[in-house]
Amino acid sequence: MTAKPRLTHEHARRLLGQMMRIRVFEERCAELYTQQKIRGFLHLYIGEEANAVGIMEALAPHDSVVATYRDHGHALARGVAMGPAMAEMYGKAGGSSRGRGGSMHIFDRPTRFYGGNAIVGGGLPLAVGLALAEKMAKRPGIAVCLFGEGAVAEGEFHESLNLAALWKLPVLFVCENNLYAMGSAVERTESETDIHLKAAAYRLNSRRVDGMDVVAVEAATRGAVEHIRGGGGPVFLECMTYRFRAHSMFDAQLYRDKAEVERWKERDPIKRFQTWALSAGLLRGADVAALSAAAVAEVDAAVAFAEASPWEPLSDLEKYVLMDEVPV
Amino acid sequence: MSTAPRKTTYREAAREAIREAMLRDPRVFLMGEDVGRYGGCYAVSKGLLQEFGEERIRDTPLSESAFVGAGIGAALGGMRPIVEVMSVNFSLLALDQIVNNAATIPHMSGGQFAVPLVMRMPTGSGRQVAAQHSHSLEGWYAHIPGLKIVAPATLEDVRGMLWTALEDPNPVLIFEHVQLYNMEGELSPAAGPVPIAGAAIRRPGRDLSIITYGGSLPKCLAAAEALATDGIEAEVIDLRSLRPLDDATIMASVARTRRVLIVDEGWRSGGLSAEISARIVEQAFYELDAPPARLCGVEVPIPYPKHLEDASVPQAESIRLAARALVRPA
Amino acid sequence: MSDFCMPSLGADMEKGTVVEWLKKPGDRIAKGDVVAVVETQKGSFEVEVFEDGVLSEIVVAVGTEVPVGAVLARIDSGEVATVPASAPPQAVMPSMPAFKPAVVPPPRPAGERLRLSPAAARRAAELGVDPRGVVGSGQGGAITLADVEAAVAKTARAAGGKTRRGFDPAAMRQAIAGAMARSKREIPHYYLGLPIDMDRALKWLAAENARRDIENRLLVGVLLLKATALALKDVPELNGFWIDGEPRLSSAVHVGWAISLRGGGLMAPAIHDADGKTVDQLMAALRDLVVRARTARLRGSEMTDPTVTITSLGERGAERVYGVIYPPQLAIVGFGAVRPAPAVLDGAVAVRPTVYATVSGDHRASDGVSGSRLLVAIDSRLQAPEAL
Repeated sequence: MTAKPRLTHEHARRLLGQMMRIRVFEERCAELYTQQKIRGFLHLYIGEEANAVGIMEALAPHDSVVATYRDHGHALARGVAMGPAMAEMYGKAGGSSRGRGGSMHIFDRPTRFYGGNAIVGGGLPLAVGLALAEKMAKRPGIAVCLFGEGAVAEGEFHESLNLAALWKLPVLFVCENNLYAMGSAVERTESETDIHLKAAAYRLNSRRVDGMDVVAVEAATRGAVEHIRGGGGPVFLECMTYRFRAHSMFDAQLYRDKAEVERWKERDPIKRFQTWALSAGLLRGADVAALSAAAVAEVDAAVAFAEASPWEPLSDLEKYVLMDEVPV
Repeated sequence: MSTAPRKTTYREAAREAIREAMLRDPRVFLMGEDVGRYGGCYAVSKGLLQEFGEERIRDTPLSESAFVGAGIGAALGGMRPIVEVMSVNFSLLALDQIVNNAATIPHMSGGQFAVPLVMRMPTGSGRQVAAQHSHSLEGWYAHIPGLKIVAPATLEDVRGMLWTALEDPNPVLIFEHVQLYNMEGELSPAAGPVPIAGAAIRRPGRDLSIITYGGSLPKCLAAAEALATDGIEAEVIDLRSLRPLDDATIMASVARTRRVLIVDEGWRSGGLSAEISARIVEQAFYELDAPPARLCGVEVPIPYPKHLEDASVPQAESIRLAARALVRPA
Repeated sequence: MSDFCMPSLGADMEKGTVVEWLKKPGDRIAKGDVVAVVETQKGSFEVEVFEDGVLSEIVVAVGTEVPVGAVLARIDSGEVATVPASAPPQAVMPSMPAFKPAVVPPPRPAGERLRLSPAAARRAAELGVDPRGVVGSGQGGAITLADVEAAVAKTARAAGGKTRRGFDPAAMRQAIAGAMARSKREIPHYYLGLPIDMDRALKWLAAENARRDIENRLLVGVLLLKATALALKDVPELNGFWIDGEPRLSSAVHVGWAISLRGGGLMAPAIHDADGKTVDQLMAALRDLVVRARTARLRGSEMTDPTVTITSLGERGAERVYGVIYPPQLAIVGFGAVRPAPAVLDGAVAVRPTVYATVSGDHRASDGVSGSRLLVAIDSRLQAPEAL
């Protein structure tokens, strides 16, 4: 389970580039939110990018992904096109979900991205079912379910882990433990704060990984995926991470110290990987500058796409409440 | 194979429907608590495990939210699951998955994903199993856009609605009233799929329309027979589908009879009967010779003793009296 | 130079108070720097900037509450105008159509309250029957539809009339009384008239009839009918209904043709899609309607379908007829008898066969200019009878 990925120059570029894309995208989202271009809730992933990038890097196109409401990083790392992702933030017809979902509900059929789910814990049973379908149809895909440590307190977490382990389903459960369920610290909500130990009680392969280290996350995920594809049943990864920003935009962060946030920022997954890759000679300064410029250009283009995208006509309000057919 | 109608029960017809679906489509499987080895709480799936094996007749742990959610996920993943929940009361443990996922994902994803899931669950009173196993909550589910709600009340419907529901691209919830399982009747061996949309007039009549569904249908038909001896001809409408409602059939009947009695085992306040009544007033006000009348479950948790349980829900005699009062006011 | 504004931090945030400035004018600032602290109902927020530059001016002083979007400070980004030469394309958000309730509640009847079922109330209005005095058999003595019909039948029998399938004379008189009284009470009529030269039309008709069997001959009325139906396609605002306080125009032209009945009474059953029928089809339809009207074999829908009514006095004498609109229609077109009348042609007086056409229009739905256009359109159609 600990097979280190072989880090080529190209691979390092890709890991850093993906994390930068997410970071620049979300910083722009924060700005657009203050301008009221983006409304509703906006939950930023800044600080947690190593998880999405490391995990998605280890998946195949035929795998399925179920994400949480903090889903921008998951979607972009999975390959959801950035223009439609930004248009979704705006609520425009060009959005990946035709604007109907918004920030919390990016869905994308081509990348088998089954949504940001905004009911904490609600995505786990879906992932179990997607994995069940893979297994019954004798297809090679696995289902990956991302959730925060807040979901661990929900009944659906326990029901789903039990069912997946019982039926040996090809599911990878990823708990992104950022220590706070909105404003509730993990030690104030969990009797056992070592989440991977709870998971292990369901007799599935469970381990903890440094979620601020993209290489460690990718390595752990590759090991997990190999185990699952080999018929070993579900795997549980607890990624220790931290969100640098508030839970959502309108959050005064009364529940945590600034000093704590600053301490975690020293472990910023982007700076950390960049510094390491430069010192290891995997990347040159020019690479970093080029990746940064490319991310900004891509985000600029995504904003332009979102601005130009039309609104859904009111006549389509009730479309897709009931479907005429199952899309294939 | 003989084509003569054969004697059967609602339970056997429900089982035959599952068998047929399993044989017709390898994507179909049945999942729920005690559907396999036990044979189903109401014995609907008895024998199916032996015929189809554990892979397709899946016993689940007592985890309603997980296995209903897994049904939704499997439907998203291309399967055609039939998820049985042991009682409508237990389905409340899966309400998150039904309402927040099954009913919303198609719209919330902009039409990228459909949820072709079928859920079956027993509903209703009459077996003296008290307040946590006897309620009629289908009217709640009929409130939710994105779901289709059906209530087969005849052998033909319970035999034929399942396959049509499985072919529908939307989540369909099938409510089987517990008092119907032992209902006997004749069914053609050629009986097959029936539409899941539209109401049926089970008995034509000119003096009033009795609108009902599910377990109350046999009671309404019995009441109509008794009314006939009194010179009152009641038209009995079986809604069959609770969402969407067949407004056209309801309004056409009301326009003929000018009086309507809605019979629903569910509670009156904010219930399905209130919705039907409101629609009649909205759409057929000028056809009415009397205010729409309702006979519903008494607003109590269903009690255990038989006399109290019987008094909690409409019965043939109370239906007859309500209908008579409507047609021949004192 | 750009504006640094009070940010929106949540859909429920409408305003905020600056409680601290962390930078002062002249300070260099970088993207992501926290420049101010803003107090909201949820607590204090550090507010960041999204560009590099120099804080050039503080607009809102500490302690001031301002709405979201208000300029708090100005930033000199060191760039020339950041606004692009042409504004980027922006989608227009569709606006919500005005909400209309599905059903308009019926007006509350004046005077003392009568227990009258909705179905009975409607039938009583159709028949022009005053329901007071009818004995009710419904709940609490409410009058039902059957009670109304029984009362009408009884009145008719008492008057010696014969009840026949569909209607009887006494009920009909009541119905006409009800409808016409309602029309004059509710519909503000305007009236217009135009004499039309029928020389060409009559000559064409004579030639046409000369080569027809007697039973296939056309009557002048059919030309008036077709000309009116076609003219209504040109002036659609007179074709349709007034319902719930607004006109509902009809794309189909169903002409109600007024037929007087032997023994009194009047009906105006529909000739459906009159504009699309040939004169021969119209002639057949007219003959059929007259026979059925006079033998009481009309269908109910034929009475309610007309989108407009024509009353034509034919050869019976009066020169002009200004009709009363049959509610809820929008207009009635009248034709007097065709008779010789002086006309000015090429500056000289000549005697020409003339029909006096009139229109009565509902002034709520249309104005005289529409009625005038309709009459002119009928005239021009009648000047080209071969095209009818």
